[in-house]
Amino acid sequence: MSDEKIRVLIAKPGLDGHDRGAKVIARALRDAGMEVIYTGLRQTPEMIAEAALQEDVHVVGLSILSGAHMALVPRVIEQLRAAGLDDVLVLVGGIIPDDDIPALQAMGVSAVFGPGTSTDDIVRFIRSAVQLSSP
Amino acid sequence: MSATSSEQTLATAVLSGDRRALARLITRVENRAPDALEALAILHSHTGRAAIVGVTGAPGTGKSSLVNALALALRRRGQTVGIVAVDPTSPFSGGAVLGDRVRMVDLAGDSGVFIRSMASRGSLGGLAATTGDVVRVLDAAGFAVILVETVGAGQSEVEIARMAHTTVVVDAPGLGDEVQAIKAGILEIADILVVNKADRPGAQNTVRTLRAMLELGHRLRTGGHHGVRAVAAAVQAEPVFDSWTVPVIETVATEHKGIDELLAALDRHQAHLRETGEITDRERQRVEAELLARLREALLARLLAERPPEALEKTIQRILRRELDPNTAVRALLEDDLSSPDGKG
Ligand SMILES: Nc1nc2c(ncn2[C@@H]2O[C@H](COP(=O)(O)OP(=O)(O)OP(=O)(O)O)[C@@H](O)[C@H]2O)c(=O)[nH]1
Ligand SMILES: [Mg+2]
Repeated sequence: MSDEKIRVLIAKPGLDGHDRGAKVIARALRDAGMEVIYTGLRQTPEMIAEAALQEDVHVVGLSILSGAHMALVPRVIEQLRAAGLDDVLVLVGGIIPDDDIPALQAMGVSAVFGPGTSTDDIVRFIRSAVQLSSP
Repeated sequence: MSATSSEQTLATAVLSGDRRALARLITRVENRAPDALEALAILHSHTGRAAIVGVTGAPGTGKSSLVNALALALRRRGQTVGIVAVDPTSPFSGGAVLGDRVRMVDLAGDSGVFIRSMASRGSLGGLAATTGDVVRVLDAAGFAVILVETVGAGQSEVEIARMAHTTVVVDAPGLGDEVQAIKAGILEIADILVVNKADRPGAQNTVRTLRAMLELGHRLRTGGHHGVRAVAAAVQAEPVFDSWTVPVIETVATEHKGIDELLAALDRHQAHLRETGEITDRERQRVEAELLARLREALLARLLAERPPEALEKTIQRILRRELDPNTAVRALLEDDLSSPDGKG
């Protein structure tokens, strides 16, 4: 009777004040049957790691439009590791120049989704990357 | 990392204050993973110490903001706080957006607080079917107060009243007439009424309306407003009028105004429950209701397992064809009599 769901934390680190994109993604993932914890604007890396731990998510999706991704992402990943969450999948969405993608991946980001990405692609990526543990 | 550790290890880790283990056990409980039952069995003897407070009310009245402010005030007194915030699961996709944490940012970075968002997963009463078990896990983990925010449905939320020692019903001005109509039902479960958004126009009106409605209602001490006695209804004792007067408290959750008054009311209610012995009554009722629900589920599962796999569907089809009425069908299923001339599939 086990009933497992993919759980995703959607967070906006940094100071930019737009969360429309993040909300669109959150709803798309919900419509794909996932449980999405939405944490809102201006999350610090510590807050993101703490929420990821408490909510026991499979995926942390970071929405970053401010251009500060090269500074923010490593700090989030560091905090996730410090919390023992090495196995959580980290995705980054937003305005990310192609040139930065290899460096982000080297930091431990599993995938980067630019503004043009279809939500179907994101859903497909998460489904293939997350294996639900059998009970 | 997940499948290797046994549930016993997980339960022990939860008891020792391991937050990662706590989060993971909650997931197992939510998923109704069979071995989570073993962990719950281990934890049961460690439960019963937390004060459980339900926070319910129509969508957008400020439940999450209030939980945030209340938790902060409890922390200032040195009490640890577990929070369970339930949001609805989409009936179309089975997914959910859980957004209550957005209002709880003041609690970030405090290891005396643990916040867990839950999707209702098809349950209709404002909670998920497993919320009670998740609350028990937090109770065993040692949180002094557990705040449970229900889905903002505003209707048929007796389940939270059954689970919580104190039920706080949150209202706010400017919610429109449909909500007015709903209030009658939800008022019955309130131990404390909060008119949040007291900074908004119309708040005084809402307070007056609620006070007037409260004066109309009589509250019974036993059974009554927790009316869940499916079996034992007949052995109900003489009704006793509750000596508790439901206070109406104005708050501005976003500015942390009125929170001390709310906290004082919570303390008074907890003391009232203990002094009158109602805490034992409520506990008993909760255990009874849960036991019956679990028994019902287990009996149903056992019965269906004993019948041929197609029995249920065949019976449904026969009822649809008007060959069989539902009551006869139940008797036939119970007596395994589907092959009789009357019950032939
Ligand atoms: N003016 C005013 N706004 C408030 C107050 N409390 C909450 N709000 C705002 O009301 C909105 C809803 O608040 P929430 O705390 O999310 O309400 P909720 O009842 O938890 O909502 P759901 O969980 O969606 O049912 C937010 O924009 C809050 O900032 C208050 O006391 N005064
Ligand atoms: Mg809420």
